[in-house]
Amino acid sequence: MIRFLVSRFVQGVVVIFTVITITFLILKASPGGPFRSERTLSPEALAAKMEYYGFDKPWPVQLWRHIVHYATFQFPESQLFSGRTVDEIIVSGFPVSASIAVPALLLALIIGVPLGAQAALRPNTLEDRTSQLAATIGICTPSMVLGPVLAILFGLKLRWFNVSGWFDTSDWVLPAMTLGIIYSAYIARLTRGSLRETLAQEFIRTARAKGADNTTIIFKHALKLACLPVLNFLGPAAAGLLTGSFIVETVYQLPGLGQFFIASAINNDQELLIAISAFYAVLIVSFNLAVDILQAWLNPRIRLHA
Amino acid sequence: MSHTTPQSVSPMRAAWQRLMRQRIHGVALAFLVLLVLACAIGPMFSPYTQAEQDLELKAAGPSASHWLGTDSLGRDMATRILYGGRVSLEVAFLATAVAAIIGVGYGMVSGLAGGRVDAVMMRIVDIIYCFPFINFVILLMVIFGRQFWLIFVAIGAVEWLTMSRVVRGQVLALKNLEFVVAARANGAGFIHLLFKHLLPNLAGTIIIYAGLTIPGIMLLEASLSFLGLGIQPPDASWGVLLGDGSRVMDVSPWLLLYPGLFFSATLLALNTLGDGLRDALDPKSMSQQ
Repeated sequence: MIRFLVSRFVQGVVVIFTVITITFLILKASPGGPFRSERTLSPEALAAKMEYYGFDKPWPVQLWRHIVHYATFQFPESQLFSGRTVDEIIVSGFPVSASIAVPALLLALIIGVPLGAQAALRPNTLEDRTSQLAATIGICTPSMVLGPVLAILFGLKLRWFNVSGWFDTSDWVLPAMTLGIIYSAYIARLTRGSLRETLAQEFIRTARAKGADNTTIIFKHALKLACLPVLNFLGPAAAGLLTGSFIVETVYQLPGLGQFFIASAINNDQELLIAISAFYAVLIVSFNLAVDILQAWLNPRIRLHA
Repeated sequence: MSHTTPQSVSPMRAAWQRLMRQRIHGVALAFLVLLVLACAIGPMFSPYTQAEQDLELKAAGPSASHWLGTDSLGRDMATRILYGGRVSLEVAFLATAVAAIIGVGYGMVSGLAGGRVDAVMMRIVDIIYCFPFINFVILLMVIFGRQFWLIFVAIGAVEWLTMSRVVRGQVLALKNLEFVVAARANGAGFIHLLFKHLLPNLAGTIIIYAGLTIPGIMLLEASLSFLGLGIQPPDASWGVLLGDGSRVMDVSPWLLLYPGLFFSATLLALNTLGDGLRDALDPKSMSQQ
């Protein structure tokens, strides 16, 4: 276990610094340097800015500077939002993204797992077909369609919620609903598929032969194993949601991390771009590790390989 | 003509029969064929072009002359949807092709090489799985100027991972079978083994995973275009139309509704057909039916 954790930690650090390097290299390969969108800058001011951010140095030096920054937790200043360090910006955007992501994930699980389980327990019945159809429609309704539709319905028609912005305490509801409904469809499908597969396995037959009742079989034996694919899906999904869903944040005009990323990409804010990519990598690596540990705990047949 | 006994039915034919056993798969296939035809030749028969503006008409609802209405610049929506569908489908298929070529190549080499090479190559895939892809794609699009070819290359270049894993798994299973061992004993080289013996036997797997990848790629393209980072005006894809529509949904909801319907129906058909293909071609997943 210790060996596993150490090896995964090292691997995670490699991933994070590779992501920093790749992001940096993509940015370096870009035609036109930093501050290209600020046309009003005089040559002297530009040179001063370039020197301030270290862009006058050769690129290996710059890359090394980035790596040292992140290795020592001395986070650089953003170019677009001058005066604010990148970690301050992430700290300001992350709560917005998180307060949508967490309810969205909960909603997705609350709808998705029972819907999928119920379908798996009554295969090829009307209930199964209905819930499968609902899940397929959910998967085929992208957030850029569902988001505006919910905004029209609950925002413009019923006037229950604001359609855009981040002002009221209820502003998380519509974005979270949009994402929750879509993700619940994926979870329902995964749950159905894996629960059906699990129920067909030998150990379930053994449990039945032993005389265990249906509830025990489903909750104690089957669901435990059947939630593994769901967990596998949730790890990266949670990381993606926490760093901000680009579409939903755009539809509802939310000041989350996704919006910061797009703004910094369009304005070529290299420091912020690298920071958000690295933050995302940190989240994915941690969630994947958490998923692997949970999986090994739920299914003793899975060993944690270093 | 019932002289075909079960033994004489070719695998592809048997798969086709299994696929068509469920009517919904036939419906999905027919819808997609019609859609492709409509997008390919439909705009030629339209009295309008996709960029032609009628500024006096502006945004108007469906009418006899504009079946699906017009957008805020008075452009015919039916023409724009068909034209946008052409772009969306092109990007989806080209990006899937790019992803399939990279994934199949990588997976086959990894699986056939085996040993340490395989371990290293698969560890690299594990590591790449942790990359924030969507960020990279957005970055590439912003920096390199949103060109058409870059969209599918960028998407394809990040979507090959699952394909490579699946193909590698298949190769591991295939490479110890008699016909491969026999070919090797006859002195077949690495490249010869890959192309002559393994690739034909991977066709089913490749079709399955390509089919399952296409809807995801369509969604990714639509997301990029929706954000203004994909297809650029005056060109249009469904993502562009959805983006435009969502900005005026309170006054002219049909501009969101019709592209949304087309997009969702296409995703539905692709997903249905993808699942059907998997069940028809993969004997393992059939047992669950």
